[in-house]
Amino acid sequence: MNMSNVNSSVSAVKKTRKRMTDTNLLTTITVTVFVVMYVCAILFLKEGFLKPQTMLNLISTNAYLIILACGMSLVMITGGIDISVGGVTALVAMSCAVYLDMHDGNVYISMLIAIGIGLAFGLVQGFLIAYLKIQPFIVTLAGMFFARGMTTIVHTNPFNVSNKDFVELKDTRIIIPLLGSTTKKGKFIPATIEIGVIVALVIVLLLFCLLKWTKLGRSFYAVGGNKQSALMLGINVQRTTFISYVICGLLAGIGGFVYFMHVGSGSPSHATGAEMNAIASSIIGGTMLTGGVGNIIGTLFGVLTLALIQNIVASLGLDQPWWTGITIAAMLCIFLVIQSIIISRRKKADMKAAAAQSNKEAAPAS
Amino acid sequence: MPNNNVQPPKASLWARLTRHQIVIPIAALLLLTIFNLIADPSFFNITLSDNSNGDPVLGGNLITIIDNGSELAILAIGMTLVTAASGGQDISVGAAIAISGSALLRVLCGGERTVDTFKNPLILAFLIACLVSMAFGAFNGVLVAFFKIQPMVATLILFTAGRNIACWINNSELPVVNDERLGYFGNYIPGIPIPTPFLIAVACFIITFLIMKFTNISLYVQSVGINEKSSRLNGLNPELIKLMTYVLLGLCVAVAALIKVGRISQINYSVIAKDIEMDAILAVALGGNALGGGKFSIASSVLGAYVIQFLTTTLYKFEVNAAALPAFKAVVVILLVVMSAPTVREKFSRLGRKLKKSKTAEAGNS
Repeated sequence: MNMSNVNSSVSAVKKTRKRMTDTNLLTTITVTVFVVMYVCAILFLKEGFLKPQTMLNLISTNAYLIILACGMSLVMITGGIDISVGGVTALVAMSCAVYLDMHDGNVYISMLIAIGIGLAFGLVQGFLIAYLKIQPFIVTLAGMFFARGMTTIVHTNPFNVSNKDFVELKDTRIIIPLLGSTTKKGKFIPATIEIGVIVALVIVLLLFCLLKWTKLGRSFYAVGGNKQSALMLGINVQRTTFISYVICGLLAGIGGFVYFMHVGSGSPSHATGAEMNAIASSIIGGTMLTGGVGNIIGTLFGVLTLALIQNIVASLGLDQPWWTGITIAAMLCIFLVIQSIIISRRKKADMKAAAAQSNKEAAPAS
Repeated sequence: MPNNNVQPPKASLWARLTRHQIVIPIAALLLLTIFNLIADPSFFNITLSDNSNGDPVLGGNLITIIDNGSELAILAIGMTLVTAASGGQDISVGAAIAISGSALLRVLCGGERTVDTFKNPLILAFLIACLVSMAFGAFNGVLVAFFKIQPMVATLILFTAGRNIACWINNSELPVVNDERLGYFGNYIPGIPIPTPFLIAVACFIITFLIMKFTNISLYVQSVGINEKSSRLNGLNPELIKLMTYVLLGLCVAVAALIKVGRISQINYSVIAKDIEMDAILAVALGGNALGGGKFSIASSVLGAYVIQFLTTTLYKFEVNAAALPAFKAVVVILLVVMSAPTVREKFSRLGRKLKKSKTAEAGNS
């Protein structure tokens, strides 16, 4: 009795493991690739990558991208896309810079400005996409154009911010206990991170919980997987889509401020191509543009993988400017092909299993 | 796409005309024309003057529009086919133009930095440029058709790598060709007052029109876009047709690259045709084509491309800063798209019907 119970539970565990969802499978691949790449980097490029600070710098410089990519993943899970995030980042950085530097503003109010801009973009784009049913690509393309144009209207030339409170905030580093490296002279330098990293990690955690355990989070997947059946399940599809864009806009605002804290200046050419990087890291993290598949943890590792590639290329000494772009593209290509092959093989296996099942059921009847 | 499958009920000629998708770009064109007529009728003046070589050429805003809109119109032809067949857009056309243009100049210069006459015949250079860009088109096409990757994601690879590859083709140099024959393709042929790019665009359009008229390609593309499975059951090969549309887009890219390079007789791969992919997608959307694939009209897209150029020229006329241009463009685009959104149109027509009803009711009462 006991034995059989144990057996059945074991087989149940095996079964669930065998039937890992697409989301988890793709995430696992990404995490594995990241770890393998990092280990290879440590093995072959010893010096830098062994220091914890290298890894932490990687996260610090890409904190904003993590936030942007989180919002992007959310929108992509519901089956949409938002290419305005890069533009919004630039607009937020420029507006905050102008407010702080030329109007001697308060740092906290500038944070509110950042969140306000992001929310405004999210609300308008969400309304147009969800309730007026205009293609998300077109709406957010216009959003991107608008944000980029507005950035130059706010101020034309790049400049550094010298507001005292802000510079203090910008230079604040959080020391991580027990981590660090010793210099040649034997002096211990503790490892540090920027404030933005904390913000990014909190957002990742919040979104992970939201997607995993709340009703709203599950309905994002349902809407992305199949709108029709989500509607039949009683999910308010329009509202769910709307909320996803609002959250994405909000995160773009926050990400914009984190970016601003990192660079400390305003410029129309800030964050160019950030939207494409965010999309690329979401995809590497296992989110599919067709919707319904994706994972925030995967996205986090997607961003890190992308950043790690850039770092490795730079430290390999391939300083010709074209190498970074080409390697990232090659990486993206390999990931996409692997994903597509895995998905199609699983589909075939599923169909075979279904056919076998129906044969089994048919056999005793005859 | 509910509209694709439902046959419109028999209606009057006027109703059928307004139902056709070409109405959207025509309406936009009319709006812009009326706006310009009211604001400044001299916008439409066309002058005949001599250019720097002493040849008579036409001048004026309208000529600028048909001249500068040509590359976009040529790209719109290919983009429409790609959109219709694969239900997605190619975002790598700008990068592909950089590659194709670099290949063209590489052959013309024969590896030198500055040349006064062609080292190799122009026709050979153009054929090689065509081959290169068709090969990259085929690369995109294979990813989309055989690996079933969403078009936007698949072309993201080339979008990231394209300009870097272009840089690598010419060894990070910016070659210059001082032969005036190259300029014929971007400016004017002596003796013909109409800008050559427009003539090339017209030729491309006529060739495409004839191909569509006398072959079944248009029908095949449309059926693959509407329902891939049923077109396979009807004996089509959806993968091959998708691949073909991407290769055709590659051909369009090569022609556009010839014009772009011909305009300035040199190439700067990091800025050439920047953001043209967004404009090309916009042209397709403005043409009223479903971005999800299926029904399409090339004439509408081409008209859409010229509408975009019309808008750009109008904005320049009002001395809008080039960097701030996108913001205004975005507002106009959103207005156009909102007005042509099905839900909004339905509401308007319902309102119209209500008004009519109340009128007839009043008439009946009196």
